[in-house]
Amino acid sequence: MKEIALYILDIAQNSITANASVLEVALSETAEAIAFVIADNGKGMSPQLLAQVSDPFTTTRTTRKMGLGIPLLRMAVEQTGGSLTIESTEGVGTTVTARFCAGHIDCPPVGDMAGTITLLLQGAPQLELHYTRTADENSFQLTTEEIRAQLGPEISLAEPEIILWLREYLQEQEMLLREHKGMKA
Amino acid sequence: MKTLAELQAIRDRMRSQIDLRDAGDDRIRVVVGMATCGIAAGARPVLNALLEEVNKRDLKNVTVSQTGCIGVCRLEPIVEVYVPGQEKVTYVKMTPEKVASIVSEHLVNGRVVEEYTIGAAE
Repeated sequence: MKEIALYILDIAQNSITANASVLEVALSETAEAIAFVIADNGKGMSPQLLAQVSDPFTTTRTTRKMGLGIPLLRMAVEQTGGSLTIESTEGVGTTVTARFCAGHIDCPPVGDMAGTITLLLQGAPQLELHYTRTADENSFQLTTEEIRAQLGPEISLAEPEIILWLREYLQEQEMLLREHKGMKA
Repeated sequence: MKTLAELQAIRDRMRSQIDLRDAGDDRIRVVVGMATCGIAAGARPVLNALLEEVNKRDLKNVTVSQTGCIGVCRLEPIVEVYVPGQEKVTYVKMTPEKVASIVSEHLVNGRVVEEYTIGAAE
């Protein structure tokens, strides 16, 4: 994967598969580290599954005997000298925390977070999503509650018009954040 | 700068059209593979391009959705098109550039773009 945003899209799909109704996505960026947290209230993992989940030959799906999402993320994170932790309790939820060392040559760029967040919503429009994006001291937040407060209950967040509008909105917020920080896009 | 309050105007416009979108079971379904393999191969820009085209052409009878790994990871990004009463069509090695012709030829005019299908790739 070429962007951290793509890892987030991939890992967050696991939360949706685990029947999460609430999902927190937080991405923070400093000179030292790019870190993200994905926390869900899905069905969680047993201690046995949690212990094996970074093994590419472990999966819960029944069609094939491998799953590459978590192993790929672990490799990418550890290549930069960073760390990956996964906490999970059955029936409560799972929290994935990834920390990339920003100065390392193998650290991928953040990438298109607006695309990631909007396509998560496109795939799971009923989800309660809380997104927090931080760069140094500056941050912004977007929650599906705020969006629904404007849209009302009958319009799905998956409507192309809504998704495209939200993508532009998030791109704008991201740009403002970067201007504040004086970062390169 | 955009504010969330602008969504209210979009809502009001959509409310008047909502019956059109829900009408009938002759809906075309377009499904994009968004598992690890699809994402790594570039499914996100393909899905974005699909949403843009469907929105631009105001195709009320098309639903765009996502699925997991379809099982031929080496041919990702993969897009499947389900037209009611017809056999499923699988497009492989998709790019945002291919999306425009599939939307205009297949979704609008009903002509399968053979050169992008899995049959042509295999």
